[in-house]
Amino acid sequence: MTNKILIADDEQNIVISLEFLMKREGFEVSIAQDGEEAINRIRADMPDLVLLDVMMPKRNGFEVCQEVKADPALQAVKVLMLTAKGRDTEVTKGLALGADAYMTKPFSTKELVEKVRSLLSGI
Amino acid sequence: MNARTRFIIAVVVLGLLMTGPFLLTASLIWVGTEGASRALLVDTIMPHLPLGTVITVFGFGLGVIVVRNLFRQYVKGLLRMSEQQHLMLGANRDFRIEEKGPPEVRALARTANALAEQRDEYMRDVEQQIAEAQRTVVEEKNRLAALMSELTQSVVVCNLDGRILLYNTRARQQFKAMSDAPAVAGGGELIGLGRSLYAAFDRNLIAHALEGIRHRLARNEAEIQANFVTTSRSGQLLRVQMAPVLASEPSGAGETLREMTGFILMLDDITRNFETESRRDQMLHTLTEGNRAALANVRAAAEMLEFPDLDEDLRIRFSTVIRDEIKAMSERLDNTANEFADALKARWPLEDMSGADLIAAVKRSVENKLKVPTKLEGVDEGLWVKVDSFSLVQALLFLVSRLSDEFEVREIRFRLTGAGRLVHLDLIWQGQAMSTETVMNWELEQMSVAGENSPLTVRDVIDRHDGEIWLEREKVRHRAFFRLLLPAANPQEHVDAIEKSEHDGRPEYYDFDLFKWSERSHELDDRLLTDLTYTVFDTETTGLNPAGGDEIIQIGATRVVNGKLLRQESFEQLIDPKRRLSPESIPIHGIQPAMLVGKPTIDKVLPAFHAFAADTILIAHNAAFDMRFLQLKEAMTGLRFDNPVLDTLLLSAVLHPNQESHRLEAIVERLNLKIVGRHTALGDAIVTAEVFIKMIPLLADIGIFTLRQAREAAEKSFYARVKY
Repeated sequence: MTNKILIADDEQNIVISLEFLMKREGFEVSIAQDGEEAINRIRADMPDLVLLDVMMPKRNGFEVCQEVKADPALQAVKVLMLTAKGRDTEVTKGLALGADAYMTKPFSTKELVEKVRSLLSGI
Repeated sequence: MNARTRFIIAVVVLGLLMTGPFLLTASLIWVGTEGASRALLVDTIMPHLPLGTVITVFGFGLGVIVVRNLFRQYVKGLLRMSEQQHLMLGANRDFRIEEKGPPEVRALARTANALAEQRDEYMRDVEQQIAEAQRTVVEEKNRLAALMSELTQSVVVCNLDGRILLYNTRARQQFKAMSDAPAVAGGGELIGLGRSLYAAFDRNLIAHALEGIRHRLARNEAEIQANFVTTSRSGQLLRVQMAPVLASEPSGAGETLREMTGFILMLDDITRNFETESRRDQMLHTLTEGNRAALANVRAAAEMLEFPDLDEDLRIRFSTVIRDEIKAMSERLDNTANEFADALKARWPLEDMSGADLIAAVKRSVENKLKVPTKLEGVDEGLWVKVDSFSLVQALLFLVSRLSDEFEVREIRFRLTGAGRLVHLDLIWQGQAMSTETVMNWELEQMSVAGENSPLTVRDVIDRHDGEIWLEREKVRHRAFFRLLLPAANPQEHVDAIEKSEHDGRPEYYDFDLFKWSERSHELDDRLLTDLTYTVFDTETTGLNPAGGDEIIQIGATRVVNGKLLRQESFEQLIDPKRRLSPESIPIHGIQPAMLVGKPTIDKVLPAFHAFAADTILIAHNAAFDMRFLQLKEAMTGLRFDNPVLDTLLLSAVLHPNQESHRLEAIVERLNLKIVGRHTALGDAIVTAEVFIKMIPLLADIGIFTLRQAREAAEKSFYARVKY
């Protein structure tokens, strides 16, 4: 069965690339433009993995991550956080809030794909 | 027994000595002879008796004369000398004893005179030394005060109670900026000799810092200062350095710990530094994190383009992403560079200087060192520049020296004009202009003028100012000039500097006698009048009837601390009474209605005055009148003026109960004071203060030393007047 991936990012210009990349890897892709939409889609679609941007309108990535990880029903959902904030403290915070992996922008798409694969194969 | 009695006794004794032996012998012979021999004796002696008596009387007379002379010369002479010596001891130090009389008395006079001479010499010596010592102390104090007033850092010295003993001009400006009512009291309610520092600073903060210093003192640490950063009430960020003032001697025998008697605060307003810092941070943030997302977009899109299975439509979309993102990044970079231009500037410490001062310095330097005549051609006096004046003068001097050496320029003109955030400093000369290469060489050559070499080049100096320099030709007038672009300084910051120079004389910004103050040792009432702090004030009003709606239109006040009038620490404010001035009152106070337009209202001014007068004794002439106006406002402002009050009118009645008039003019005349600037509130307040200062010793003469005594005496005189 194909893995479902949710891309949550408000930047259209990265979403295009990520969408293309993930589809090309054979995943089923859905998209959320802000934090609120991300939560709703996660509950509705139950994706295997969320590519979650930190800086989003309405609710930021940290909040979304926290809510997902606090909900036992969503335990299976993996979270890969993407952030333009390069500070160590934020990486630590993301991981502490339960993110499964963390990547700092700009990242290599190849590494991203590898990271996604390794997270999904861990199921 | 006085001299006269002794003289009489001496004369009597002389008479007895001269007649006594003869009479005794005669009596014995008379008793020893009888009958015929006694008759023979009488016959023999009787004819000689008159002669004997004459001789005896004559001898007695001689004897009296001798005794009298001796008496005059020795007894009376010594008495006189003793009186003269008393004179020398006391009233007239320069008096010398007249040398007359017998040699012994003269010798005594000479010795006494010599002793007096010696004493005078010693006294002169001691007096001279005292005067010398006093002069040194005064000089040192003045030097300290001068030094303090020139410091660019704010310095405030306090005793342990937090009372201000010394502050400098800079501190005054800083406190002014910290004041809630800067326009009204000019910060005077926060800073002033004898004022509490805690009006401006949190008491706990200071206590905490002092505690830290005490700990470090106890542990004998080398670094005993305390540093902290605090915010003022008006939101400035202050960096405070606190250092202890230590007693000159350890407090007890065997004790190594030196006692702290006060502390010094050095204040730096770092609000602006801090703003610059945070802007710098913000800029770094924009340039790093702000670009991360964009870079991620570009990189991802670029990597997508590498996939061979991309259809045309997607390829165009990825290319568009790359183009748009890069364009946005370029714009962001430009904007950031513009917006943060100030923060990006090199941090060479530049000082604010009046442009005219800078030009004057360059002019002096050129004329003295290079002997090249100079002229001014339009120097805008109002301009201020941010410069490193030393290196800049050097650079200009270097340029002039090259012009004079290589192009035989005989006269240099200076021009200074403003251009927004920049200032043009032009160096103009008549004659040809040099080639651009020459100018370039001059710019990049290490400077050397009149035997002085510098490691810097003109370019370095210009860069230091973040400025520019170029050569311009004025072909029509057959002349050329170097134009230097320099950063302008904000002229608003220099208002205070001008204000400062308006004050005549050296300001009383210090009073070390306040070190001796200790609040806890005295109740206010039992403190000496000489030790208290006073706010002497006067009000001008729309009329004489406060209850009938008359209002205050001006408050003037000054301070008296330790018996000294502090003119610099005055308060003067016109007040909009929100009602018409009565025409009769205008000639009295000289305030025209137009002068009150736009002035603050009483509810704005009273809080500032209340703060100005905090912790002091209020003094006014006919205080009841002024106090009535203040008290009528208590309900409206919620501020109670419950300070102790002294009235110079009542004190005058205490001092001179039999005088008819106790009007201020009459008292001024009686006490022989000079009046300046009367009939403004501040003018009258200052006169009242001078009257009060003059009264303090007069009150002491009649046994009034403390505040309590003064108040009680004034009350009595008041009741006396009422009964009258």
